[in-house]
Amino acid sequence: MTAVATGPLVQLQRPTFATDQKRRNSVRTVTLTIDGQAVTVREGTTVLEACRSIGIEIPTLCFLETLHPVNACRICVVEMEGARVLVPSCSRAAEEGMVIKTKSERVNHSRKLVLEMLASSVDLSTTPKVAEWIEEYAAKPARFGPPAPPAPAGTRDASIPGHHGTPDARYAATVAEPAKVDNDLYVRDYAKCILCYKCVEACGPDHQNTFAIAVAGRGFDAHISTEFAVPLPESACVYCGNCIAVCPTGALMAKKEFDMRADGSWDESRQTTTDTICPYCGVGCTLSLHVQDGEIVKATSPLENSITQGNLCIKGRFGWRFVQNTAAGTPTHSGSDGGH
Amino acid sequence: MDLHLRHAAPTAEERAAVDALLGPPRSGWDGGERGSTYDAHVAHTGHEVRARRHLLLPALQALQSRVGWISETGLDYVCTRLDVPPAEAWSVATFYALLSTTPRAPRVLHVCDDVACKCRGANELVAHLEQTVGPAHAHGPAGDHVEIPSGATVWMRSPCLGLCDHAPAAFLQEAGQPSREELIGELTPAQANDILSARAGRRAAMRSSGMYAMQWLADAEPMMTETQTLRLPQTETTQPSSELRLLRRIDAVDPTSIAGYRASGGFDALRRAIEIGSEAVIREVIDSKLMGRGGAAFPTGRKWEAVAKQPARPHYLICNADESEPGTFKDRVLMEGDPFSIVEAMAIAGIATGCERGFVYIRGEYPLATQRLQHAIDQARAHDFLGDNIIGRGVKFDIEIRRGAGAYICGEETAIFNSIEGYRGEPRNKPPFPAQAGLFGLPTVVNNVETLANIPWIVLEGGQAFASIGAGGQSTGTKLFCLSGNVANPGVYEVPFGKTLRDLIGMSGGVQGGRSIQAILLGGAAGVFVGPDELDIPLTFEGARAAKATLGSGVIVVFDDRADMPDVLVRIASFFRDESCGQCVPCRVGTVRQEEALYRIASGKTLGGVAQEVALLDEVGLAMKDASICGLGQTAYAAIESAIHRVGLIPLGSDPN
Repeated sequence: MTAVATGPLVQLQRPTFATDQKRRNSVRTVTLTIDGQAVTVREGTTVLEACRSIGIEIPTLCFLETLHPVNACRICVVEMEGARVLVPSCSRAAEEGMVIKTKSERVNHSRKLVLEMLASSVDLSTTPKVAEWIEEYAAKPARFGPPAPPAPAGTRDASIPGHHGTPDARYAATVAEPAKVDNDLYVRDYAKCILCYKCVEACGPDHQNTFAIAVAGRGFDAHISTEFAVPLPESACVYCGNCIAVCPTGALMAKKEFDMRADGSWDESRQTTTDTICPYCGVGCTLSLHVQDGEIVKATSPLENSITQGNLCIKGRFGWRFVQNTAAGTPTHSGSDGGH
Repeated sequence: MDLHLRHAAPTAEERAAVDALLGPPRSGWDGGERGSTYDAHVAHTGHEVRARRHLLLPALQALQSRVGWISETGLDYVCTRLDVPPAEAWSVATFYALLSTTPRAPRVLHVCDDVACKCRGANELVAHLEQTVGPAHAHGPAGDHVEIPSGATVWMRSPCLGLCDHAPAAFLQEAGQPSREELIGELTPAQANDILSARAGRRAAMRSSGMYAMQWLADAEPMMTETQTLRLPQTETTQPSSELRLLRRIDAVDPTSIAGYRASGGFDALRRAIEIGSEAVIREVIDSKLMGRGGAAFPTGRKWEAVAKQPARPHYLICNADESEPGTFKDRVLMEGDPFSIVEAMAIAGIATGCERGFVYIRGEYPLATQRLQHAIDQARAHDFLGDNIIGRGVKFDIEIRRGAGAYICGEETAIFNSIEGYRGEPRNKPPFPAQAGLFGLPTVVNNVETLANIPWIVLEGGQAFASIGAGGQSTGTKLFCLSGNVANPGVYEVPFGKTLRDLIGMSGGVQGGRSIQAILLGGAAGVFVGPDELDIPLTFEGARAAKATLGSGVIVVFDDRADMPDVLVRIASFFRDESCGQCVPCRVGTVRQEEALYRIASGKTLGGVAQEVALLDEVGLAMKDASICGLGQTAYAAIESAIHRVGLIPLGSDPN
């Protein structure tokens, strides 16, 4: 291949959450009809935001207020008059005169099937709300057959694009594989991954600009991966844990929570949350400390916080072990929770 | 950004392959020798380097064709040169079927087992290779990786290679310096064994058999071999070439000679287009009512008009030559047989829509077409039909070829942007439409090869004259149809719009051996099956629509009474599963559930009977059609649905259980 020497190509920045917000700072308004109700919103407002503004709830999985919408999960689809196919409400901007139906037969069918497809191929046991939706939409994931057993570790990482084995008539294919536990701070259990792209966006252009992970492989074999599937300590990961914060399914989980869930001691009903300011540096990130039985078991930051937008750094997210010290050099808890 | 690189030295070969494309590194910052005092003062990083991200796929292809796979050190070197995070380079490298990220034999034979080749011996060929050579290089049912000793030759199954007129087809990828790629037709089991065992033997076998073989030498001059003949049965049998328009130069004018092209009226249209100006050209194209020939049938003139009036600059033109729809090979024939006309048409389109730069995105499996087009571009530039001052009129336009690497989805008009920009070939959400924000976020025209091939004719004779040919309405001009499968003379046939399916099958000599038709796949894997009782469907946009069918990319695959249709349907489902990019849930999982259900039906192991499986297929199919991001998922059930409900290829009442 010979390259043409006619100057550089214009390479614009790819849209991120920040650039999208700029576009949305409009003073004009548009009026659309949602389920028979007229709604006036600012130009650039998404259909999802417009629906929520009048109290219409729409399920979402890959959507998050602080990330650029990738509209990949398709559970938020709605019917738009005049459109051949359903439209994703999370990314579609409201337009003047749009007529939207959020509960039509077609909408319900697609949502039901998306739930069935996900629930039959992914472990959704730690995905909030999904059990309610499965009931609401009468989804029956079992009708595709019993789930296939987990693939041996590393098999999905080594998939060959454009090729797959003959289907096994006994099972419905799944993404099940052993959890990747390769560091002391967090676990990647991709058997729970619905490929929402949120962690990739948080690690990459939307928040952290670290680019340690990306979607690799193709089709059903697509998966989140580091380069050559190297363990996290060999990757660019800086352990900010902002991927954990945005993961909607618990596929990414702090090791502490993962271990407590494994030994059955994780109990959110016994947990309280205390907001404080991170003591490490002068930025002043709001820190929400999740405490169970007098012990900090998790640290997060509120999504709506203007300073963090839910993000923290390695110290804020994982560095709270010292708080447990009742006297210098005398830890109250000797578990391997990995705090630095 | 602060990249986490390994800084492990690439091999000399890897460095040479990448440097041949990108030029030598300028300093220690982008992969050169470290430690000079110059490095301490000047850093070559940041936006300037990252603006070359679009060279990521070509750089990975350079590694693949030189070394045979993309190693950790090779990938790291590419990342250093282009300032791309390794995880992102990995995400691109693992997206394409023709790139390997694990050590692979330097010679790989990709054997087509897709629907058209199935009708002409592909199943037997594959079974023969499994028996004599071993299993295909891929995953077993349990996901076991089939390990291949290095140095050996491997074979892999392949989706449609666009050589259905010479089925069964195969594509040979041979890494090295120079690398070699060949698209091989009418492959016999014995020849396949020769290719897989001995290099010299393979050459001899091909020459003696006179089979259709094409050669691609990366660094060599364009070269013709005695075996390179384009098959155009239409000129041999049914129709004098004087009635042909798009195909008139094929087999008649030397595709490597710019003098020959000019002597046959070439570049007259470009001259005229510059004379009459952009607005007049667009008016002619609108008047011609030319509809896109890639499958979506969007009015070309309206597309051009929309881009031309966009204030954002620059504008880009893309010629979509990623033809990968199973059963489609018309664009290959045009590019191999009349490459200058595509160059001329692109120049006209580019100038009319305000582009100074055009790309041909051509599928990686078309080495000869790539070579011929590159030659035509170079010749056109040398004769001032491309460049900064076209025919001395101060008009600027140039063309660059980008090769695909084995991904059907990259033919989707927005996936093509991501692929060229150096990202995974995942379709983008629309809106914004390409005319507003396309390649590099700028207004972009994307036209199919055949669509563009009509342009010189429209410019020379006028839109009204063009519109007077054909069947009127939207069906103006002529259309190329790709006849394959069990017809007597497979090939590309050009007819004015208005012929019926029966006419076309008749032109191709009817069914092979006078057998009866079981079904016809119309429009491609994303099209529909029609039955033998539907041969009077008029092959116009309106006629097809009225018959609840589609012309798609002009595919007509005929299956005779011997075809194993459940097997064909499983292959179509398998195709969509393999080619789904994996971005959205309905397509990523739906194509798997669809293949599983069809496989259970075909192997007689249904869950609760055939009727229940079909009900499941209908539900999955509807969700894919309604909720997928792009056309791939939206049409992944179309052919199967029609096979079941329209033609009755799966008996609903019977249950083999």
